[in-house]
Amino acid sequence: MKVVAALSGGVDSAVAAAHAVDAGHEVVAVHLALTPDPREFRDGARGCCSLEDARDARRVADVLGIPFYVWDLADRFKEDVIDDFVAEYAAGRTPNPCLRCNERIKFAAVLDRALDLGFDAVATGHYATLHDNGQYVELHRSVDDAKDQSYVLSVLRQEQLAHSLFPLGPLRKDEVRRIAVERGLLVADKPDSHDICFIADGRTSEFLREHIGAEPGAIVDAETGDELGAHEGVHAFTVGQRKGLHIGQPRPDGAPRYVVGVDPSTRTVLVGPEQLLRVDFIVGESPIWCGPAPEQGDAVGAQMRAHGRELPATVRYEDDRVEVSLLEPERGVASGQTVALYERTRVVGSATIMSTARQPQPH
Amino acid sequence: MAYLDHAATTPVRPEALAALTSAYEQTGNASSLHGAGRHARKLVEEARESVAASLGCRPGEVVFTSGGTESDNLAIKGIFWSRQADDAGRTRVLCSAVEHHAVLDPVLWLGEHEKAHVDLIGVDSVGRVELAALAELIERDPASIALISVMAANNEVGTIEPVAKIVDLAREAAIPVHSDAVQAVGSIPIDFALLGLDALTVSSHKVGGPHGVGALVARRGRTLEPVLHGGSQERSRSGTLDAPGIAGFAAALAAAVECREDSAVRIGALRDNLVRGVLLAVPDAVLTGDRDPAGRLPGHAHFSFPGCEGDALLMLLDAKGVECSTGSACTAGIPEPSHVLLAMGVDPELARGSLRFSLGWTSTQSDVDELLDALPAVVDRARRAGRPRIRPMSRSLGASE
Repeated sequence: MKVVAALSGGVDSAVAAAHAVDAGHEVVAVHLALTPDPREFRDGARGCCSLEDARDARRVADVLGIPFYVWDLADRFKEDVIDDFVAEYAAGRTPNPCLRCNERIKFAAVLDRALDLGFDAVATGHYATLHDNGQYVELHRSVDDAKDQSYVLSVLRQEQLAHSLFPLGPLRKDEVRRIAVERGLLVADKPDSHDICFIADGRTSEFLREHIGAEPGAIVDAETGDELGAHEGVHAFTVGQRKGLHIGQPRPDGAPRYVVGVDPSTRTVLVGPEQLLRVDFIVGESPIWCGPAPEQGDAVGAQMRAHGRELPATVRYEDDRVEVSLLEPERGVASGQTVALYERTRVVGSATIMSTARQPQPH
Repeated sequence: MAYLDHAATTPVRPEALAALTSAYEQTGNASSLHGAGRHARKLVEEARESVAASLGCRPGEVVFTSGGTESDNLAIKGIFWSRQADDAGRTRVLCSAVEHHAVLDPVLWLGEHEKAHVDLIGVDSVGRVELAALAELIERDPASIALISVMAANNEVGTIEPVAKIVDLAREAAIPVHSDAVQAVGSIPIDFALLGLDALTVSSHKVGGPHGVGALVARRGRTLEPVLHGGSQERSRSGTLDAPGIAGFAAALAAAVECREDSAVRIGALRDNLVRGVLLAVPDAVLTGDRDPAGRLPGHAHFSFPGCEGDALLMLLDAKGVECSTGSACTAGIPEPSHVLLAMGVDPELARGSLRFSLGWTSTQSDVDELLDALPAVVDRARRAGRPRIRPMSRSLGASE
């Protein structure tokens, strides 16, 4: 196969590319320039787009003996990922930009371009497993639970998965680092990236204030309606958050308060006790099914965060609406997050969370 | 394999390789006073005389440097600072809008850091400096101009600039003129004294010499404030002289200049075949730059391919063993819209689909044929990839309440 290996400059994509070469594919390395200013030279390794990372990626391609190109997707990235990130926060939701990047950049803009240029697939360093069962390509969790990235890939449809390669699927992170050392890939000991790649200093709240603007508003007790304090802008708050509220008066029962809701239209941050965070009914929209759609009422596992836990649930859907009933409540589920659905280790699909609720308890 | 990127660098000439290897067999720092040092010094001075003969200048006017970029920086900053030291009112720097970054960036740097007033001289649609525009810029206030820099020939589209006429315009007001002749030397006649220049940049590896060496020719009496400070091994330039590199450079330059006329005829004919062939293979390709072969460097051909992205074309050609260039790329290899094409008024959309093919002393008709064989399918492919696709998204953008 002719394969584009997306090289970030990190160890995972380097080893993935090496495996694609070893598998006998004709591999071309592509580094994605995503940062608005490609000349920016940042200290440290932060994921995907500094000049230093571009150099590291080029060096990996040299070592593997494959051609290397930079594809400038900064405009697409800004439009589809950064602007979306800002707009979602401005609307009081909590997006996951990595998921958007996979959906709209890596397995859309990059994949389309690769296919158009005569390639058969795109290989990335994601920790997830693909299995062709003869009817369709199944997306599964990685064997390395701690590194599993199937959640951020749960937005991929069949036509995308059918042209994807995740060579790290059967590997664990420590094995990946070992292979990198053995092959003389100097990125072997580069630290993992954890933060949002386009927020260079990791200060998300400042980034959002710069892009959305800070409009002060009230912090209101969700149970009593009492105004408990003021804040400098709703962008700094997300459902489930406990820190940064700065409320002088404690609850009468001494229990900690959490953000339980954010309403950008009135600039209100609602706070309440931990039990208000517990939800077991999730409404999502725009479902994406990675393979065949599930049966109504199917038992699934539901995961609401990139490294969150998986909870037993059932799923129903109609048109654009998906309802996920959790068998036990989860706390801190914000709208804008993605709920990924699993059948054992297989990713069934995902939807964007629009609202959450607590179902009446049968007693 | 078809190497069609001689403007980026050209194969080392056998004369240069022989001079290099023979020089590397000897030890010696050209600044040392003992025998070994004297030997190295002799190599450097012979090279200086040879370079002077090749470029029509005096040996004392040759300043050896690490290459084109250093020579350009020394000329621009060195002349600016020394002219300012004589008269603080000389704050303007004029250069063409199509200069190489090695000129453009030091000029803009002077604007940002040294309070220079930068005037970019406009060019016409083939990339040639508008002499009327230059005359007007000079007349505005001749005494305020520190220097003028215009390249001898453009590196992207190959357009030859009217350097002699520019010098004529500057002469009346006694304004020094620098010219970056990195692409021109060895391709068209360059005679420093005849042109009446104050400074001229030349690079070794573009004429078949080793990388990392070059020269600034600076008119006798022209003071240059140094950019590199240290042991003052050269006039206005410090750093141990690279005697082997300098010997190799001089040998390559002499060979290139000696066979220039015949070579220009041979390479020019190949280039004309290439241009005809490309326009036949891809009828809507647009030849950029001067359509008159006499107005452009013999080895240069530059095209825009509508609906394609230059880097897609480059990658697909590379996969077929055809090596060329999109014209300009920054360090990370990210294609940026070429300032040269934009200054020429090329539509930015069209500029994105540009490729430069450049021929040199080792080029043959089979290089041209290989390109012409590969090109039609490559352009078709790149065109398909140039069209955006629509695919359903999990959430439509801007769906926020």
